[in-house]
Amino acid sequence: MAESTNAVKARNDRYNKFVETVTPKTNMAKALFHSFVVGGITCMIGQGIGDIVKAISPSMPVDMVSNITSMVLVTVAILLTGLGVFDVIARQGGAGSFLPITGFANAMASASMEFKTEGLIFGTSVKLFSVVGPVVVNGIVWSTVAGLLNLWIMGI
Amino acid sequence: MGVWQQIGTYAIVFGVGGALCAIAELLIVRTKLTPARILVIFLIVGIILEGVGVYDYIFKVCQAGISVPIVGFGAALAKGSIETAKQFGFVGAFAGGLIRTAYGVGVAIVMSYLVTLLFSAKAK
Amino acid sequence: MIKHSEPVSMTSSNVDELPSPTGFSKRPRVMRFYNTPRIIGRMSVVGEKESKGPVGKYFHKCETDDKMGEKTFERAEIRMFDTAVRGAVRDARLKIDDIDVMISGDLLNQMTTSSYAARDIGVPHIGIYGACSTMTEGLMLSATLVDAGYFSNVVCAASSHFATAERQFRYPLEYGCQRPPYAQWTVTGAGASVVSKNTKETERFPKIVMAIPGLITDYGVNDLNNMGAAMAPAAMDTMFTLLTQSGFNSDDFDMIVTGDLGKLGSDILRQLMLDRGIKLGQNYIDCGNIIYDVNQKCYQGGSGCACSATIFNSFIMEKLLSGEYKRIAYLATGALMSSQSCYQGETIPCISHAVVVESPFLGEK
Repeated sequence: MAESTNAVKARNDRYNKFVETVTPKTNMAKALFHSFVVGGITCMIGQGIGDIVKAISPSMPVDMVSNITSMVLVTVAILLTGLGVFDVIARQGGAGSFLPITGFANAMASASMEFKTEGLIFGTSVKLFSVVGPVVVNGIVWSTVAGLLNLWIMGI
Repeated sequence: MGVWQQIGTYAIVFGVGGALCAIAELLIVRTKLTPARILVIFLIVGIILEGVGVYDYIFKVCQAGISVPIVGFGAALAKGSIETAKQFGFVGAFAGGLIRTAYGVGVAIVMSYLVTLLFSAKAK
Repeated sequence: MIKHSEPVSMTSSNVDELPSPTGFSKRPRVMRFYNTPRIIGRMSVVGEKESKGPVGKYFHKCETDDKMGEKTFERAEIRMFDTAVRGAVRDARLKIDDIDVMISGDLLNQMTTSSYAARDIGVPHIGIYGACSTMTEGLMLSATLVDAGYFSNVVCAASSHFATAERQFRYPLEYGCQRPPYAQWTVTGAGASVVSKNTKETERFPKIVMAIPGLITDYGVNDLNNMGAAMAPAAMDTMFTLLTQSGFNSDDFDMIVTGDLGKLGSDILRQLMLDRGIKLGQNYIDCGNIIYDVNQKCYQGGSGCACSATIFNSFIMEKLLSGEYKRIAYLATGALMSSQSCYQGETIPCISHAVVVESPFLGEK
């Protein structure tokens, strides 16, 4: 079969190229525009929440303001997920809705709701990070590396 | 702070946030990367920006435009790790990221749990 | 070790010049049923979305609630499956006790839907997995058992549910992700047929005259969303075998029906067949392509076991019973990947089984 393996590979490449040419493409301009607008608006809402928090308590440190901003955004996104609205927006917004922190919240809440049927322990609690797991794990690993590297460089 | 300056800030926030999302969308359409991978890529970009120390300068200009996308989450993780490491030595590097982002992650976990108690997933 | 026959030299234009290691058209693969098993009962149950599609009016029952009052989507699918099987048996004017064996399958892990439904129905059960091709696989095996005389009444069924399939193969339902324009939508529904031996009472029903077991075909597509492109070569292989070995050519069929290639997949299939020198005309349709309306936003159309199972047991059987279609070929295609295999970098192996069904009015004017 050795000589036919190459022939199969060549056929597969040919077929995949053909499929590529006939597969309908995403309307690039429209997709980019939608994610730009949805992403931009989400960030502006974040900025707005930050400004309101600052107006209410002007002495609050900047870090705390951004913490509260993300907490509010996360809460709103999760509530919208629960009401079944978020995925409708996201279908239009694409990257505009999953790249901001709201997407992180939606991924968590949707997994949590989806596996409710297996129970709160084995369903919800086990699967809560099934979609956002990569973000949390990579975030912690690489930020630790950043922290250690920084310490090491500063130490020299 | 004048009204015009305020409007300017919001315009920058909209532009930068939108542009980041548009780049992510471009990656999805062009490269068939899954959303999870793209999130990780942007997250690591955030960690690197913070790690080399330029994130704060970008944040001063772009405000929520850079902090609301997952890049901001990455930067917060890295900042926490670096600062806590400075304070407590190398053990701090392991805890810092979590300490700093605990607000967002904590509220996400608790709210997800609550929402799960109240609502169920629907097929559309 | 299976000995492969010589590759056939093809005068194809571009896409696949068949260096196929599969002994393409030489190995005889057609099973002929000389005792002509009859399909005497049928039932199709669908969800609300499907009932609003172009063929919606042919379905027997529409479930407007996705959960049908059950606690989980999985229970709902079991219930739908149960309804279809019992309905088909009733339609055949039989009782559950008259059924000798049930051959069925679905999309879920370990085929829980059909096994759990079989537990409640209480007939001997043979579980089969052919992904979206399950219905043809079931019909083929039922016809074989009946034709050989082992059993007189066999029920075969297949089901799928959008919500359960989505959870198993893709993302949580509420997760906001965009589908590419070439994605397909899993059909919510269940279809069942009763296959019985040919007697005086059953000779007014459509008969299964031949079947072709499919060959696993993999042309190296690894995009989980592009099922149509992955499955088209499998359909091409079986269809080509059918048209070269059965003695019928494409004009002898009033309808050649594929399962769930969707719009893109059926266009690719047309092109692949054209490369082999066979032009598919107006008498070729794809169930996935016709089950939803364009403005139902289902991208390339439907997929899942139920897609072709429901359409076969409603629309197609109706036409066969009325004599409008005299002879049809039904080739459902299935993509046999798992959610793990794709992350492991594997491509998608696909299969397509064919059955040829003739109307009792064949030969009459």
